Amino acid sequence: MARVEDQTTLAQAQANISQDALRRLDSVFRTGAGVFSILLLLIAWEVFARSGRVTAFMLPPFSVVAERIYADAISGELWRNLGVTMVRAMAGFVIAAVGGVTLGTLMSRSKIVHWFFDPIISVGFPMPKIAFLPIIILWLGLYDTAKISIVVLDAIFPVVTATLAGIAGVDKVLLWSARNMGARDNAIMWQIVLPAALPQILTGLQVALPIALIVAIIAEMAMGGYGLGGAMMTASRYANSPAVFAGIVEIAVVGYALIKAMALIRHRLLVWHEETAGH
Amino acid sequence: MTHAIRQTTLRYLPLVLIALGWEVAARLNIIDTLALPPLSSVAVAWVDLVRDGELIDNGIASLYRGSAGLILAVAVGGGLGLCMARWRLLDVFVNPLVELFYPLPKSALIPVTVLWLGFGDGSKILLIFLGCMIPVTIGAYNGARGSDHALVWSARSMGARRLRVMWDVVMPSALPELLNGIRTALALAFILLVSSELIVSQKGFGYLIGYLGSTGAYEGMYAVVLTVAILGFAADRIYQFLMQRLLRWRE
Repeated sequence: MARVEDQTTLAQAQANISQDALRRLDSVFRTGAGVFSILLLLIAWEVFARSGRVTAFMLPPFSVVAERIYADAISGELWRNLGVTMVRAMAGFVIAAVGGVTLGTLMSRSKIVHWFFDPIISVGFPMPKIAFLPIIILWLGLYDTAKISIVVLDAIFPVVTATLAGIAGVDKVLLWSARNMGARDNAIMWQIVLPAALPQILTGLQVALPIALIVAIIAEMAMGGYGLGGAMMTASRYANSPAVFAGIVEIAVVGYALIKAMALIRHRLLVWHEETAGH
Repeated sequence: MTHAIRQTTLRYLPLVLIALGWEVAARLNIIDTLALPPLSSVAVAWVDLVRDGELIDNGIASLYRGSAGLILAVAVGGGLGLCMARWRLLDVFVNPLVELFYPLPKSALIPVTVLWLGFGDGSKILLIFLGCMIPVTIGAYNGARGSDHALVWSARSMGARRLRVMWDVVMPSALPELLNGIRTALALAFILLVSSELIVSQKGFGYLIGYLGSTGAYEGMYAVVLTVAILGFAADRIYQFLMQRLLRWRE
């Protein structure tokens, strides 16, 4: 009898191991295929650009673009433009994050604040706020204040709605028990409501982050000056296509890195939460 | 009924208050009327712009670009997403590219599309197509991957062809997420349209805003900005309404 049981557990263990190996093999395969298809894209770009089917103006070879990025990195131009863009996008993002969470919290606590801001948020959210850019230029000029303001205006909406939804979804039992145990309003807010709403708030921030980057670049393109967007626009006016494509590659890398970093921060902050369990 | 009307009025009262505050602040010169013309003069400028056809002409140019780009994005992106979910090989090789381009701030494509196709309609349509395709692809892909395998297998075993299965089984179950992806694309289309027209264009809403602003006709500029903002809002609300209609069978 015992031997049969041993055999079944052994078979199970073997099945588990092979399943685990299969899964690991699958993920290795996927990563490999990912790297492979990105490499393939770069090679196809290089070959197609050199084939003579398109002019070097329409599509400069990847090697020329890479050289251009390298030259910009050596001369310091790249870091200067990158720094300026990042400061604007991140300043706007941080202001939108703090302001959005604050406004969302106030709205959930006070009826008057909710009454006043609710229609503004629900009407303003789907509007293309970028259309207000010329008005903001009219008010604030062409410098950083105007650029950061348009970023805030665009990025704050998803944060407010996510905060509102997060707070509304907090388990009532948690609130009752905290109050029963004598917790004050402020303590409940900081120690229960906000942590419980954190997953949703972070989702709102994850929506707002790419918006901040997109809008910062549009603002730079429209207003000129330093920054990745401004540099791309200048390059486009002078028909300098390697510099335009260099801009795309740089912006793509920045966007990718920012979004990955945000996902990592989410994972760290939500270690206690069940969504992170099993990873 | 009256109760509902009173509720709606009370709900949107803050917007009326803001409009009133705007008018009063501008009229009493609390804020420089050059930077903030009174709402009533903006309304007058709007009527003038409609009457001499400028708003309509540029509006039609913008709506043509926007809808052409968006329709292309939905057709190609939706198709690609559904196919990726059904054919593993395509998934394995295309998915990394989708993941690579997903976080790309789409506005970076503005100068390239200008480089390729110039200042006219072509560059805007291409920009909106490229920018809006990815959210539609991801929506279709996630939706189709969630479709019930048992349903697909039974349809196959009953002799349905692959395309038939795609259309009758996978597509309906992918619909909710696909429609959500298209909603994101709709908002993105407005942003890309207006910003590309603001930056380089000779026609369209964005061009008109920039032109009126540079000639100092700020009442007109405000009128066009508000028109675009309200159109964007209305488009989203109409889309949401249609989406609920389309998904009614699920209840």
